[in-house]
Amino acid sequence: MAKYLLLKHYRGAPAPVNNVPMDRWTRDEFSAHMQYMRDFADRLEATGEFAGELALAPEGTWVRYDGEGRPPVTDGPFAETKDLIAGWMVIDVDGYDRAVELAGELSAAPGAGGKPIHEWLELRPLLTEPPTLGE
Amino acid sequence: MTTPRDETLLRSLTPGVLGILVRRGAEFAAAEDAVQDALVEALRVWPADPPRDPKGWLVTVAWRKFLDATRAEAARRRREEAVADEPVPDHVAVDDTLHLYFLCAHPSLTPSSAVALTLRAVGGLTTRQIAQAYLVPEATMAQRISRAKRTVSRVRFDQPGDVATVLRVLYLVFNEGYSGDVDLAAEAIRLTRQLAAVIDHPEVAGLLALMLLHHARRASRTAPDGSLVPLAEQDRGRWDTRLIAEGVEILQAALARDQLGEFQAQAAIAALHADAPTAAETDWVQIVEWYDELVRLTGSPVVRLNRAVAVGEADGARAGLAELAQLDPGLPRYPAVAAYLHERDGDLSRAAVLYAEAARQAPTLAERDHLVRQAARLNARG
Repeated sequence: MAKYLLLKHYRGAPAPVNNVPMDRWTRDEFSAHMQYMRDFADRLEATGEFAGELALAPEGTWVRYDGEGRPPVTDGPFAETKDLIAGWMVIDVDGYDRAVELAGELSAAPGAGGKPIHEWLELRPLLTEPPTLGE
Repeated sequence: MTTPRDETLLRSLTPGVLGILVRRGAEFAAAEDAVQDALVEALRVWPADPPRDPKGWLVTVAWRKFLDATRAEAARRRREEAVADEPVPDHVAVDDTLHLYFLCAHPSLTPSSAVALTLRAVGGLTTRQIAQAYLVPEATMAQRISRAKRTVSRVRFDQPGDVATVLRVLYLVFNEGYSGDVDLAAEAIRLTRQLAAVIDHPEVAGLLALMLLHHARRASRTAPDGSLVPLAEQDRGRWDTRLIAEGVEILQAALARDQLGEFQAQAAIAALHADAPTAAETDWVQIVEWYDELVRLTGSPVVRLNRAVAVGEADGARAGLAELAQLDPGLPRYPAVAAYLHERDGDLSRAAVLYAEAARQAPTLAERDHLVRQAARLNARG
């Protein structure tokens, strides 16, 4: 029972094997990709391993405190930001090996030509509450 | 409205009632549904009309619910008419409760499924409460539980159960601590108490003692801001002496039976900590001896790591570091232990680097914050 975050990146990750940008896929290829991820989430809910997911827009705004009584400073969007997060899914699994196995499955989502894109996914353990026993 | 007393009583009666339905031939999932229906009805009916024999009432109503449900399936009609004629027992045998614990912790289940099923079927918690406690969506938890029910429905009920597996599940529940509206540590203690009442086993007593001794220190383990307070710095005045006394008494009775196991040895270590009036007066020599027993019983590298800490306290930081040198530096929490021992040995710069490394690897938020503070404390000195 450990939670892991699976992070999909728009950019910044190493290039996938089947490296064709989404906007060059056919409509059917795109639909198949989205369906694969929906099915993946449904399957994990059925196995009791799904904890949550969200997709994020590619563009964001940088915001910063600019002193008392002044509106926050905004900047961007920065089109070339190195590490744009496309979306995330949180899984609740029995251990690291299972988390890697599931990330591998999600990375096999089909892309151009209906072939797996071999997308790089970032796998990060979530920090948890301290155990009650053991010091 | 039902009283909290009613709800506690209902939850304590759940496993026995469910056990009896399963033993009488009800398929596990159907029996569980029937018991849940009976609990709902009890909550509705009892406040105005409390039963003389709550257990018998629940068995009767749950059995009727089960028959109602199975009657709806035409193919089963013949079989169920046959069982309907059997008299409904008015008491619940001890064995039925025990079997239910074994079933819910069956080795064919993954640990997380076994935990969920135990909380639901033995603990009588709702799926929503369990989902909240484990911070997953209710739909996910519902699926986890129904898969677990399907898995154990194929298990033959006449096989002897495995106490060690049950204890492992209860240990996992206790360790989940607190989130949502159910206190899982208190729930684990309740279930372990119940188990100890139906089975005479020194390790069940050992686990119960261990839980009580740790629970007794719970209020002192965190500061008001939520940060972790290490054992040595805890306010011993806030320890629950009643729970400590109960834990020690249960442990002593278990140890007297001379069948040492992992949980009794862990409880003995916890008892030695609880027994020390101040951190400085802790009997580290005896704690090291108990760690020797634990190493012998488990061979666990994590136990060896904890033993190195105890050796460091008993025989000095150098001796602790010598023990540590024999262990795999890749072990979880190795850098944290190394940092602590190096600090005690006077090598503050090395300790600061190791605390920072330990913080990067920390699995929990509270631990990470604690280790970052340790590193910051050493780095900020003059």
